[in-house]
Amino acid sequence: MLEAIRDALDVMMARDPRVVVFGEDVGYFGGVFRATEGLQRKYGPSRCFDTPISETGIVGVAVGMGAYGLRPVAEIQFADYMYPGYDQIVSEAARLRYRSAGEFTAPIVVRMPCGGGIFGGQTHSQSPEALFTHVCGLKTVIPSNPHDAKGLLIAAIEDEDPVIFLEPKRVYNGPFNGHHDQPVVPWSRHPLGEVPDGHYAIPLGQAALRREGAAVTVLAYGTMVHVAEAAVEETGVDAEILDLRSLVPLDVEAIERSVKKTGRCVILHEATRTSGFGAELSAQVQERCFHHLEAPILRVTGWDTPYPHAQEWDYFPGPERVGRALRAVLEG
Amino acid sequence: MTEWGPLSLHVPEPPVRPGGTPDFHHLSIPQAGAVRRPPVDVPAHEIHDLAYSIIRVLNRRGEAVGPWDPGLDAEALKAGLRALLKTRAYDARMMMAQRQGKTSFYMPCTGEEAVACGFQTALAKGDMNFPTYRQQGLLIAQDWPLVDMMCQVFSNERDRLLGRQLPVLYSVREAGFFSVSGNLTTQFVQAVGWAMASAISGDTRVAAAWVGEGSTAESDFHAALVFASVYRPPVILNVVNNQWAISSFQGIAGGESATFAARAHGYGIPSMRVDGNDYLAVHAAACWAVARARRNLGPTLIEWVTYRAGAHSTSDDPSRYRPREESDAWPLGDPIERLKNHLIVLGAWSEERHTQLRAEIEDEVLAAAREAEAHGTLHDGPKPSTAAVFEGVYAEMPRHLREQRQEMGV
Repeated sequence: MLEAIRDALDVMMARDPRVVVFGEDVGYFGGVFRATEGLQRKYGPSRCFDTPISETGIVGVAVGMGAYGLRPVAEIQFADYMYPGYDQIVSEAARLRYRSAGEFTAPIVVRMPCGGGIFGGQTHSQSPEALFTHVCGLKTVIPSNPHDAKGLLIAAIEDEDPVIFLEPKRVYNGPFNGHHDQPVVPWSRHPLGEVPDGHYAIPLGQAALRREGAAVTVLAYGTMVHVAEAAVEETGVDAEILDLRSLVPLDVEAIERSVKKTGRCVILHEATRTSGFGAELSAQVQERCFHHLEAPILRVTGWDTPYPHAQEWDYFPGPERVGRALRAVLEG
Repeated sequence: MTEWGPLSLHVPEPPVRPGGTPDFHHLSIPQAGAVRRPPVDVPAHEIHDLAYSIIRVLNRRGEAVGPWDPGLDAEALKAGLRALLKTRAYDARMMMAQRQGKTSFYMPCTGEEAVACGFQTALAKGDMNFPTYRQQGLLIAQDWPLVDMMCQVFSNERDRLLGRQLPVLYSVREAGFFSVSGNLTTQFVQAVGWAMASAISGDTRVAAAWVGEGSTAESDFHAALVFASVYRPPVILNVVNNQWAISSFQGIAGGESATFAARAHGYGIPSMRVDGNDYLAVHAAACWAVARARRNLGPTLIEWVTYRAGAHSTSDDPSRYRPREESDAWPLGDPIERLKNHLIVLGAWSEERHTQLRAEIEDEVLAAAREAEAHGTLHDGPKPSTAAVFEGVYAEMPRHLREQRQEMGV
């Protein structure tokens, strides 16, 4: 998936001279995860460069560059480091179009690796998507595989609005289904590891159907899509899995269609439960599908604690917990 | 207990509070003309002294003296005087409008008009200011229509911001006036980003960042200076030190320990302090900094030493936290009086013409207010459309906002 992200940046930098890429260690070194490797060499230091360790500054200058007319793609090294830049995202990027009645806009992309599964402890494992989905004026995107990552990132860069692009770092180098004791599978052995050459965009706001099923709808995104697939396979439950891909805008039609068909819904995310995006999904399903529901909506999420280090696999909502929820919702 | 005794916390206090005699002894003011004018390509470390002095041009007799005299002709000076008077009259009219209930809120810049008005004349078309809420002079100095500004203050049907923004948080792209946020200092680092974009694009335009001394305490200020120091973009970093941040004197922002201009030293950014009530000094220093930016020599930080003669906004009463007489005791005087006296000394102006001009401007402002009011005020007359609430959150309205608009019934 890293190659797909790099490819998307490369494609866009080649197509559009307004695209500039920057962040901590992003230039010469190519980023700590190597998502920007080779871009500075190819496009020069004024289009791909290192920044001071200041998320306030990174997002703040991105807003100014966007207002000027560039298409900045800023990298926050870990989503967990985003908070100093949060004011610039929430109070500035998200509202600039509105407050200036369209005179100024911030067509920026803020990329940030998120999620756990790499023994990153509480400062390198967070999934803060709900902190962005709650903010009007932002779009929040989270791919689960290389094919989508490239198409969604291209769409995000071409979008006229600020887009938060969350990259589940545990699936950078291969799909991860939560079975941490099994060998890592590379993306080359996964159908969605196939990334077309050149330019293609996946419109923001369209969920992808990962598995058709009749018994229950599973709403997931990012790493949890793969966990859902493993849980479905292991339990034998005929579940329909929707990969949301974009949280705002949200594909409510796809959700509604599926839940009305299955009558049951399980919602997955790695982030903490209280006020997590699952709460919004649950409310949407209840508002739109109440008369079709045959069981309470269940959520499987990270616990409401900081992300622990040594107890990572006790915290991570793996296939066993998801499987239990699938069975429970069928019995309900 | 150690041999040093117990510790105690230093909490800065202004020299006087209400009831006391105004005291500006802490402010050391050099003679007009006394500060040298270095070439624009001077290295930052060679002008550290300029951050601890004050560049001044107009002396007590109203003469322009010393190396910073910009040599403006009488017409340019009269245009400057007109901008200052118009800004003051505009503020007075809008303060009154707020008291009459025509708007919810207003913020005057009384006493510090010369900073924005003098600065704007150094910029060229296409340059971009990232102002705070107290730089209305940037618009007025370029003759931006007062009616347009007033319609924003009144949040009426002609409000170019569709009623969404608090009064005075203007946005006028075509006048090089970036949308004022209302959150402090956020725009400071954005100006640096805009200037970086100009440099990346091989453009010739420059940016001007604005902040008050109080909000230099925000981390965005530090971020802006770091990025300006690293990438050397064409930006002028303006710190308007008007001595007061609502009720907190400049010492609460760290002004006791060093000047705000001296903040730039740690970043290797050339900086200076300038008499912000001296129109000629403002214009000259602004031209110096803009020339540096235009010649790709990088950023300049300027601390404009001035005094907020009015309230912070219509929501506070300054006599509650500082002596009423403090404004009259301000040692750098009033910018309008000083420029007027200079024109009189030059033989290009008189008290009579001044009185006449003031009356003309007051009429002009009143006429503009009447025209703006005809388009509605906050609680009376035509208003911005209710449907506009849902527009412009995104470039295209997403489904959930369309649904919410229907729910509202518009």
